[in-house]
Amino acid sequence: MAKNTTEDAAPLTPRESLRFLWTQLTSMRTALVLLFALAIAAVPGSLIPQRPVNPVKVSDFIRDNPTLGPIYDTLGLFDVYASPWFAAVYLLLFLSLIGCIVPRIATYARSLRAQPPRTPKRLSRLPESTTGLSALPAGETLDAAEAWLRKRRYRVRRQDDSVSAERGYLREFGNLLFHVSLVFVLAGVAWSTLFGYKGSVIVVEGQAFSNNLSQYDDFSAGGSFRPADLAPFTVWVDKFDAKFETGPVQRGAARVFTAHVRSQEGPGAAVVPGTLEVNHPLSLGDTAVHLIGHGYAPVVEVKDPQGHVAFSGPVAFLPQDGNFTSMGVIKAPDARPQRLAFECFFLPTAVVNQQGPHSIFPDALEPQMFCNAWSGPPRQETGRPENVYSLDKTGMTQLTRDGKIVNFRLSPGQAVDLPNGSTLTLLDWRRWTKLQVSSTPGLPLTFGSIVAAVAGLCLSLFVRPRRLFVRAVPGESGSAVEVGGLDRADARTGLDEEVAELAAAAGAAPPPAPGEQESDPAGARDPEPAQARSTRKGTP
Amino acid sequence: MTLTGAGYYSFVAMVTSAVIYLVAFAAFSAEWASARNLDDGNPVTDLTRSETDRLRVDKFGRIGVALATIGLLTHLAGVVLRGIAAQRAPWGNMYEFVTTAMLFVAIGALVLLTAKGMRWLGLPVTLLLTVGQGLAVTVFYVDVAPLVPALHSVWFVVHIVAASISGALFNLGAIASILFLIRGRAERRGTLHGYLARIPSAQALDRFAYRAHAFAFPLWTFTIAAGSIWAEFAWGRYWGWDPKETWSLITWVVYAAYLHARSTAGWRGRPAAILAIIGVITFWFNFVGINLLVSGLHSYAGI
Repeated sequence: MAKNTTEDAAPLTPRESLRFLWTQLTSMRTALVLLFALAIAAVPGSLIPQRPVNPVKVSDFIRDNPTLGPIYDTLGLFDVYASPWFAAVYLLLFLSLIGCIVPRIATYARSLRAQPPRTPKRLSRLPESTTGLSALPAGETLDAAEAWLRKRRYRVRRQDDSVSAERGYLREFGNLLFHVSLVFVLAGVAWSTLFGYKGSVIVVEGQAFSNNLSQYDDFSAGGSFRPADLAPFTVWVDKFDAKFETGPVQRGAARVFTAHVRSQEGPGAAVVPGTLEVNHPLSLGDTAVHLIGHGYAPVVEVKDPQGHVAFSGPVAFLPQDGNFTSMGVIKAPDARPQRLAFECFFLPTAVVNQQGPHSIFPDALEPQMFCNAWSGPPRQETGRPENVYSLDKTGMTQLTRDGKIVNFRLSPGQAVDLPNGSTLTLLDWRRWTKLQVSSTPGLPLTFGSIVAAVAGLCLSLFVRPRRLFVRAVPGESGSAVEVGGLDRADARTGLDEEVAELAAAAGAAPPPAPGEQESDPAGARDPEPAQARSTRKGTP
Repeated sequence: MTLTGAGYYSFVAMVTSAVIYLVAFAAFSAEWASARNLDDGNPVTDLTRSETDRLRVDKFGRIGVALATIGLLTHLAGVVLRGIAAQRAPWGNMYEFVTTAMLFVAIGALVLLTAKGMRWLGLPVTLLLTVGQGLAVTVFYVDVAPLVPALHSVWFVVHIVAASISGALFNLGAIASILFLIRGRAERRGTLHGYLARIPSAQALDRFAYRAHAFAFPLWTFTIAAGSIWAEFAWGRYWGWDPKETWSLITWVVYAAYLHARSTAGWRGRPAAILAIIGVITFWFNFVGINLLVSGLHSYAGI
C-alpha cells in the first residue's frame, strides 16, 4: 500500500510535510481528539496509587501485585501526572491551541479595524427579513435606522441605498482571551515549579523554626531555586489547641486546630503574635506557612547507670491511625557504658485488649507510652544523617530480664528502672505541628489568568454577534424599506423581534400580516414582488 | 439514628419529597402514556380522536406539575431545616450535597416547566429527583454534625454552591441531550408519534442542551478555580491531583470537548450530544464513585 501511494502521488517535500503536520495539529478535529486523550490519560492517576501522594501505598501495591506492579512502574502509572506521555498529551494540546489561536488573533485584529460587510443583494435570503413602506425619503429612513443601530451599539456602515451593521465583536475577543489565558495558567504553573519550593517541618510546642535548608524534614524545589532565595523568617509555635468531636455523631472527628505562634520576618524585624489555622496560613513576604498536620511528642528523660542525663526533651512520634496511635524512637547515643534506644508507642487514649495496646480517641484523655529497650556499644559519630523515626538495630541487643524481653508501660510522671541500671522517665507530653513552608511565585499569574479565562469564557458564550441590514429604495411617496438580519452564534434568540423593531425605527409600517415569511413563500424567496406589494398597499 | 427537633423534621421532609416526586413521576408517565395514540400523523385517526383525549393528556401533565411543586416545597423545607439543625450551610457531606444539588435541579426545572412551558422536562426530571432524593435518604444519609476545620471557610459556601448549580445544569443539559438523541432518531426514521411528537424538535432540544451547558461550563470552571484557591488556603497547594480534583478536570475537559464539537463540522448533533452524556457520567462518577471507592482529601462523604 505504501509503495502504491508513493508511486501515485508526488512525494511531499520536507517543508510540505511539516506544513501538512502543522495543519493537522492545529485543526479542531485534532484538538478534540487531544482533549479526549487528556481526559482519558488523567483517569489512571485517580485510581492507581500515586508516588507523590502516597509512596507507601505504591510499594504495597507493587508487593501485592508482583507481575502488574513492575509493568505499571515502567509505564509511569505510579506518577501519571509527571510522566512523559501525560506531558506529551497536554503539551501537544497547548501547541495545537497556540497554533489555532495565533492566526485567529491576527484575523480578529484585522476585523476590528474592518467595516461591517456590504449589504447583500437579497435581504430576503437572510434567516430573518421583513419589508415595509416608510413615509420618509430613503435618505432620512436610513438616517433613522442608523441612529437606532448606533444607539444599540452596532458598528454601522452606510452605503448608497443601505446600512449594514454588526455587533458582538467581544465574542471572539472573549474566545481568544480564554485560550490565551489558559497558556498563561500553564506558564504560571511552570514558573512556580521552576522557582518555587516546598518543605515541611515538625515543630513541637515551645520550639521554633527558622527558615533555612538544614531545618527542614523534607524539602523539594524547582530547578532554578537557590537556597539564598529562602526568606530569613522565624516562627515560634507556643501552643497548639486541638479539639475533637465527643458527641455520638462523627465521634473523634477534628473540630478545632489552632496554633498560637509568633513570627518574625527577618533578623531585627518585629516579632508579631498570631494564630495559624487550617484555612488561615501565615503569610511572610512571598512565603506561606500552612498548618498541615499534628501529633504527639512525649517529653522524656533518659539517665544512664551513673545517673547522668543522657537525653532529655520532647521526641516527635508519628501518628499511625486516626486515633493517633503514635510510633517513635527515643535515642540516647551519649549514654555510657552503653548507648541506649527505646522503641515506643504513644497512645493518647490508651486501651489494652485482644488487639494489644491501641488508642481509641485522638485526644489525650488517658495518655500512656509502651516501650521496649535496646542497648549497644557506643558508636563513632559519623555525621551521616539518620532517620529519627526508626532504629538501626545493627550492633544493638534488646534488654531482657530473666531471659524475658523487657516491655513496660508509662503514664506521665512515671519512671522505669531498666535491668542495666539506667532509667527512662515520661515527664510529660506535648503536641507537635507540621508546618509546610512554600513559595509559589507563579501563583498570582496563575490565578490572575484563571480570572481572565473565566471572564473570557463568559464573553465567548454569552455575547452573541448579530448582523443587521437596512435598504431603502425611493418609492412613489416615501421609500420602500427592506430589513434583514442574521445571527453568527448558536442559540441566539430575538432576531425576529429586533428586525421588526429596526424596521419600525426606520419608519416602515409593520409587516402586512403576522408570520409573514411563512405565509408568503413567494415573497420570502424574491424581495421584488413583496416590495411591490408593500408599495401598492401604501398607495391605495 | 438518633434525631431530634429540626434534624428529625428535615429528614421527614426529605423522605416525603422523594415520595411526592415519585408520584409526580407517575403522573408525568401517565401524561406520556396517554399521549401514545395522539398525533400519530394519521389525519383520519387524529380527527376522530375526541378533544377529551387531549385534555386528559394535559390533565395528567397539570397534576404532575402540581405534585412536583409540592415536592419542591417539602424538599426546600428539608434543606432549610437541615441547615437550622446543623447551624451552618447544609452541604458538608454527601447527603447534604445531593439534597442541595437536587433542590437546584427542582427549582430550575419547575421554573422552565411553568414559565417557559417546557412540560416535557417533567418526566425525566422527576425521575432524576426521585432517584437522587431516594438515594440520599436511603444510602447517603448521615446525622447532623459540625464541620471539620478544613471546611471552615468562606469558600465552603462559594465552591459548593457553584458546584451544585453547575451540577444541576449539567443534569438538565444531559436530559435534553438524551431526549435529543431519542427524538432525532425518531425524526430520521419517520416514527414520530405519541408524546415524542409533542416534545420540541431535535433542533430545539439541541439548542436547549447547548444553553444549559454554555451556562454551566463557565460556572464549573469557576467551581474548579474556587476549589483550587481554597485548596491553596487549606492544604497549601492549589492543585495536587487529588482524585476529586482529577475528575473535576476530566469533567471540565469533556465539556470543553462538547463545546468544541458543537462548532466543528462532522461533530455537531449526535456526537456532541454523546459527549454531553459522557460529561454528566464523569460528573456523577466523580461524585458517587470517587466519594465511595477512592480515599482522598475530599473524603467528606461521612458514610
